[in-house]
Amino acid sequence: MREHRVLRFFQLWPQTGAESLGDIGFRWLSGCCALLVPLLILAIFMQLLYYSIPTIKTFGLGFLFSQTWNPVTQEFGAASSIFGTLISTLIAMLLAVPLSMVIALLLVELAPPRISRVIGTLIELLAAIPSIIYGMWGLFVFAPFMADYVQPALGNTLGFLPLFQGPPMGIGMLTAGIILAFMILPFITMITRDVFLLVPPVVKESAYGIGSTTWEVTYKVTIPYGLVGVLGAGFLGLGRALGETMAVTFVIGNTHRISASLFAPGNSIASCLANEFAEATEPLYVSSLIALGLVLFIVTYLVQVLSQMMLRRMYRAWSVGL
Amino acid sequence: MNRRPPTGRRLINFLVSGLSVLASLLGITLLGWITLEVIYRGLAAINLDFFIKLPTPPGMAGGGLGNAIAGTLAMTGLATLIAVPLGLLGGVYLAEYGEDSRLADNSRFSANVLMGMPSIIIGVFIYAIVVVPLKHFSGYAGALALAIIMLPVISRTTEDMLRLVPNTLRETALALGAPRWKVTVLIVFRAARAGLITGGLLGVARVSGETAPLLFTALNSPYWFRSLGEPMANLTVTIFNYAMSPYSDWQQMAWGASLLITVGVLALNLTARFVLQEKK
Amino acid sequence: MNYPEPARVLEPSEETVETPRPAPKPGIKLSVRHLDFYYGSQQALFDNNLDIAQHQVTAIIGPSGCGKSTHIRVYNRIFELYRDQRATGEVLLDEKNILDPSQDLMELRRRVGMIFQKPTPFPMSVFDNVAFGLKLHYRMSKSEMAERVEDALQRAALWDEVKDFLRKPGTALSGGQQQRLCIARAIVVEPELLLMDEPCSAIDPIATGKIEELIYMLKTRYTIVIVTHNMQQAARVSDFTGFFYQGRIIEFGTTNQIFTNPINKQTEEYVTGRFG
Repeated sequence: MREHRVLRFFQLWPQTGAESLGDIGFRWLSGCCALLVPLLILAIFMQLLYYSIPTIKTFGLGFLFSQTWNPVTQEFGAASSIFGTLISTLIAMLLAVPLSMVIALLLVELAPPRISRVIGTLIELLAAIPSIIYGMWGLFVFAPFMADYVQPALGNTLGFLPLFQGPPMGIGMLTAGIILAFMILPFITMITRDVFLLVPPVVKESAYGIGSTTWEVTYKVTIPYGLVGVLGAGFLGLGRALGETMAVTFVIGNTHRISASLFAPGNSIASCLANEFAEATEPLYVSSLIALGLVLFIVTYLVQVLSQMMLRRMYRAWSVGL
Repeated sequence: MNRRPPTGRRLINFLVSGLSVLASLLGITLLGWITLEVIYRGLAAINLDFFIKLPTPPGMAGGGLGNAIAGTLAMTGLATLIAVPLGLLGGVYLAEYGEDSRLADNSRFSANVLMGMPSIIIGVFIYAIVVVPLKHFSGYAGALALAIIMLPVISRTTEDMLRLVPNTLRETALALGAPRWKVTVLIVFRAARAGLITGGLLGVARVSGETAPLLFTALNSPYWFRSLGEPMANLTVTIFNYAMSPYSDWQQMAWGASLLITVGVLALNLTARFVLQEKK
Repeated sequence: MNYPEPARVLEPSEETVETPRPAPKPGIKLSVRHLDFYYGSQQALFDNNLDIAQHQVTAIIGPSGCGKSTHIRVYNRIFELYRDQRATGEVLLDEKNILDPSQDLMELRRRVGMIFQKPTPFPMSVFDNVAFGLKLHYRMSKSEMAERVEDALQRAALWDEVKDFLRKPGTALSGGQQQRLCIARAIVVEPELLLMDEPCSAIDPIATGKIEELIYMLKTRYTIVIVTHNMQQAARVSDFTGFFYQGRIIEFGTTNQIFTNPINKQTEEYVTGRFG
């Protein structure tokens, strides 16, 4: 009987009457396939953890805070990669979030439906372009553009800040951050648009009805109304930016160094893995790289879970009505 | 009461509206800039040899990426063969059987999380469970990594598409005495066919541009593949290797491969949209 | 059109009115002339002509889908949020055509408040909900704002129920309270015309009674137009009634006349409940 309850719990046991053998088989088969996905995530975590053990044993928590990365002396620390991941992601979020908001505003409130649909489709296609293509474009087209125009301009105007000092090489943290922003922009835009569309028209109407401008309605009513969803969209973009690999690898410069200047090259966890993994031979080197992967896994997992929880809460709340 | 002049409010509204137009133009410009640049630079590399010849060492004229094209097609094909049935069945469970059960809830949640998981992590995972035990890189490992990336996409779109099928259709068929699984396979699948095809196309589009999970699973190779059990040439890793090389003729080849990938992915996406719209 | 004297004679308000307002006189606040309305290519209103008397309650009745809501949504041009909707003709507010493209929409909507079918509290506190419009249109000290918010809540007969919960989210109130919150939010900016689009259709009978009482009190200061599908409600609260059918104004007159002595056959059938 106890067994029966467990099966019922997973809804793998029919609730009503007798089910044909074919049905029971099909239910189990499909249930196993559904179980595969959570199992995969668990397996990924276990494997990463298992391979990280030598690193954890050798360096302990110091792995996270050490800047040294020297395959010759077999000393590894994740600090520069973590730093680079955070900074490039921060730049990306600072640029992409406001831009996504105003594009969603245009799509939902300002543009006529037909134009809105066209722009929406184009933005969605931007999300479909593979990471490596952003990398190619970034390395051969955008980085020279940055070196020739953007970085000198920034250096001349804001050069008194350490952030914008140094030779304008095109490649570096700033360029990586901007390309990341371009890549996550469509994701945040699309979800924000859906969130804006879910706000009941009558709520917007009553805000307009008091004499608000479009911006006031969006800023004071629509965004607070869909705040959970907008945050969820932001976190989704954040997760993508943290783990984005190829585009960053092409333009970040790939040096294990922490610099104050955004013009300077750096690296991120993902770019470090992409660059060095295939060449790593010594077990401790491989283990340290996988430990980097573990750090990335944990961070993106948490961000994803947060984002899913927020989006889910929003859709649930709104399926019940006002 | 002291009226607040509306000039400032109007100005802010005007500025934000202007900003939103500019931001949208930026997005469109970006799409145009990237695709035009890829077409312009890539077309120069494309000729018949590009599709059928093996790569040549830097400095030597001619040659192509025939082996990489074949490798990408083979691995994507195998990944599709693995991921589509598993994802389809998983989606069936979510939409038809599990619905609100703990398992379905978990599976749905995990699928969303897995879709947002950095693909390089999947590469590391396959490296650990396939490459290390077998002691060599292989096409199988690459295909498996791609399949894992594809799986949640297929499973979630399948669920969404099956849920669009009206319940009355299921009830009518069940009322005729058909078992549930036959109703699913024969009636619900057929009703949701356009959506399922869309899901498949989106899944293929999602993986055909992937690079990171292949870097240390399939690796790369300068030869035609004889079996999937050996390191395997593919377009995306070739782009990475060639672009990072100092040779301009290799970089040229990388642009050619980029064009191929971009056209392929955008075409798959547009086809998927078209199929779905036809249905509606 | 020539109006007979309104059925009830009004006592002037006891409250001190802070802003100087023109003395209540049975003038015409708003006139609609040859108003046509289109959803895309489909015409929804046909040659509507109507006068709304100042400081009176005008009810608009008719079967659902007859264009009642569409009609009053022209008065504050809220329909313009939707691109395929279009109105032609004239709507004169104090003898100025508000459909004129040069009309300032923000100012129009300050002067013409609107209450919707469903209560629409904004995602903010009770206080901020009411202060929303004040902050948009006026500049004032914190203390003055608090005073005005309290005054509006008092007049919306909600103050006693929420005075201890001003910082709570507006969405935490009950349906009837939310609707009165929306009324407070609309009247705090001192509109001249108050539009109510079936304000009681989503709330319970007791709350409906409160809102009807409120309408009676509010008309000393505002001109009110209420759309309702509930004929008893129209008879209870309004001074004038217009009967709409299929986008046309079939009959307009004092509420007394429409309900006791309708001239038109269709009106008679509707108010006696034989169709609709």
